[in-house]
Amino acid sequence: MVVKHTNSPALKEKSVYGVVAEFDRPEALVAAGHQIHHGLGYKKIDALTPFPIHGIDDAIGVPRSILGYIVFGFGLFGLLNAIFMIWYTNGYDYPLVIGGKPLFAWEFSIPPMFELTILFSAFAAVFGMFALNGLPKFYHPIFEMEGWERATDDRYMLVIEASDPKFDIEQTPRVLSELGALRTEVIAK
Amino acid sequence: MADLAIKDPHVTPVLVEGNPSLHEVTNDVAQIVEGINRNVPVQWYIALAITGSITLLLFAMLGYLVATGIGVWGNNQPVGWAWDITNFVFWIGIGHAGTLISAILFLFRQKWRTSINRFAEAMTLFAVACALIYPLFHTGRPWRAAYWLLPLPNTHLWVWPNFRSPLVWDVFAVSTYATVSALFWYVGLVPDLATMRDRATGLAQKIYGALSLGWRGSARHWRNYEMAYLILAGLSTPLVLSVHSVVSFDFATSVLPGWHTTIFPPYFVAGAIFSGFAMVVTLMVIARWAFQIEHLVTIKHLENMNKIMLATGTIVGYAYATEFFIAWYSGNPYERFVFINRAFGPYAWAYWTMISCNVISPQFFWFKKLRTSVAFMFVLSIFVNIGMWFERFVIIASSLHRDFLPSSWGYFVPTWVDILTFLGTFGLFLTLFLFFVRFLPMIAVSEVKGMMAHQQMHHDAHGHAAKDGAKTHDASPGLTPVTGGGH
Repeated sequence: MVVKHTNSPALKEKSVYGVVAEFDRPEALVAAGHQIHHGLGYKKIDALTPFPIHGIDDAIGVPRSILGYIVFGFGLFGLLNAIFMIWYTNGYDYPLVIGGKPLFAWEFSIPPMFELTILFSAFAAVFGMFALNGLPKFYHPIFEMEGWERATDDRYMLVIEASDPKFDIEQTPRVLSELGALRTEVIAK
Repeated sequence: MADLAIKDPHVTPVLVEGNPSLHEVTNDVAQIVEGINRNVPVQWYIALAITGSITLLLFAMLGYLVATGIGVWGNNQPVGWAWDITNFVFWIGIGHAGTLISAILFLFRQKWRTSINRFAEAMTLFAVACALIYPLFHTGRPWRAAYWLLPLPNTHLWVWPNFRSPLVWDVFAVSTYATVSALFWYVGLVPDLATMRDRATGLAQKIYGALSLGWRGSARHWRNYEMAYLILAGLSTPLVLSVHSVVSFDFATSVLPGWHTTIFPPYFVAGAIFSGFAMVVTLMVIARWAFQIEHLVTIKHLENMNKIMLATGTIVGYAYATEFFIAWYSGNPYERFVFINRAFGPYAWAYWTMISCNVISPQFFWFKKLRTSVAFMFVLSIFVNIGMWFERFVIIASSLHRDFLPSSWGYFVPTWVDILTFLGTFGLFLTLFLFFVRFLPMIAVSEVKGMMAHQQMHHDAHGHAAKDGAKTHDASPGLTPVTGGGH
């Protein structure tokens, strides 16, 4: 697990998670990512950044988030829940005539219908986001990298995974350095 | 250092002063929490001792109420709703600024929100917590309240809550609002908690680590995260407008003169935003001074908030005038009486307090000198807080105390329990705030840095592209010494 000799050729390729390159400017990260993905054809790329970087998704080929569809589904589910709940409780299970108003009508149901749609959608947005991201996940190989924590401060990391068919333990770090990385580091699984 | 903040205010307003690097911004915010935790300043303890004692007073009053009965409050016929609902609406209204800043200003791409949204969202949560005390304890038996408020069948008759009642709508609106605000706040906190984790050691690292769920800032994560944030903003925007609309339905769907009017939803929402921004300004003026973050929460931020107060305060004043006009125009004698009685009856003192604080005082913000003066806006924001409390009191007490039947007229006077309970909610609100500033980053660091980097890129694209041609990766001195030295 612990790799003391970073960038060491002795590190067996099978036990390698990937290589990380550190950049000091978001533009440099995006440019390098673009070259790696579109120019050199790497596929298993990720970037670690302290804030979302404009343009990195297209540069390294991150597809559009599908979260919206999940949220829409759950929102609809919340709406149907509200309609069913109000109809069942007030219109069917225990009808009470109050002020001569109908036992069930969509007009007076609008506020709870609206609120439950929002509530279910918000839960889906938050928990769906974490689920799509595979979080919580309290350990990741990247945490072993020396100084990786600057990725949540002011540095921009580009990660190429070893499972990428084009990955080469000697060549890939060199390419990244040529693309302007301040330093590169091979990290273990 | 590179020009991280743009100088020309006509191109982009200065949202971060003094050209700090991204790392310095992280430091400035994180060190507030770390510094306090390592060496807790005595002022923090003094403040906590005061607010904590007031919170204990709140608990004592609530305990007394539950043990004795809600007769310890002054509300009784004809004023069956009094300070309890006044304070409920007051606190719910305070919360609105947080959601407005985090959701509506996000959708409008108002970059200045990034320095104040975390703070205002925290305020929303604490204000809603204070608000929820009132309906819960007004039931007299809060442990039974779930049967009356939530869709649970009553234990004896298996009867359900009546969904034709706006009070049940209110339960759904406010509880959804509290839940969604908490989710929104937490989602915004996750990247910053990860930053705190990566700076901390020992137990703090474990706690921040657990709370940040292993966030590592992956581009694949950011993509879903940004989508979630956008969706939450889109959901919260109609939600925040609906909450005070539904609160106003509690009044508007009744047949009481002074309440039964269609202007209530927009008028309540404008008032809520008005009071919420006043509270943000009050607290922010103290916090930015106490924690030396004047370069992150600049005069520009405060001025923008004051402009919103000016706009919403004027809407509120317009609504007061419209109410009067409609009462006269309706030709309904009861409606006319209520409004004349409001302005010239036994509660005239409350009415004119409201008018002076809410309608007259924000007009001073037309003057740039005044709306950029920290001392002036602090005093004025307190006036607005007072005025907005009086607005709710005027609407509630003055409409109820003289209704259709003169023989049942009365005059509401609060009891000492009313007063101390209300005071106690301020203690709870401020205590929660003190814990918030001690343990969590009060400025959304990742959002501020994203905003700075975006402006920097924008600046580079316009500023350097013409001179350097295609060379967009212009090195910033101090960051990339290798290329920087080559010129």
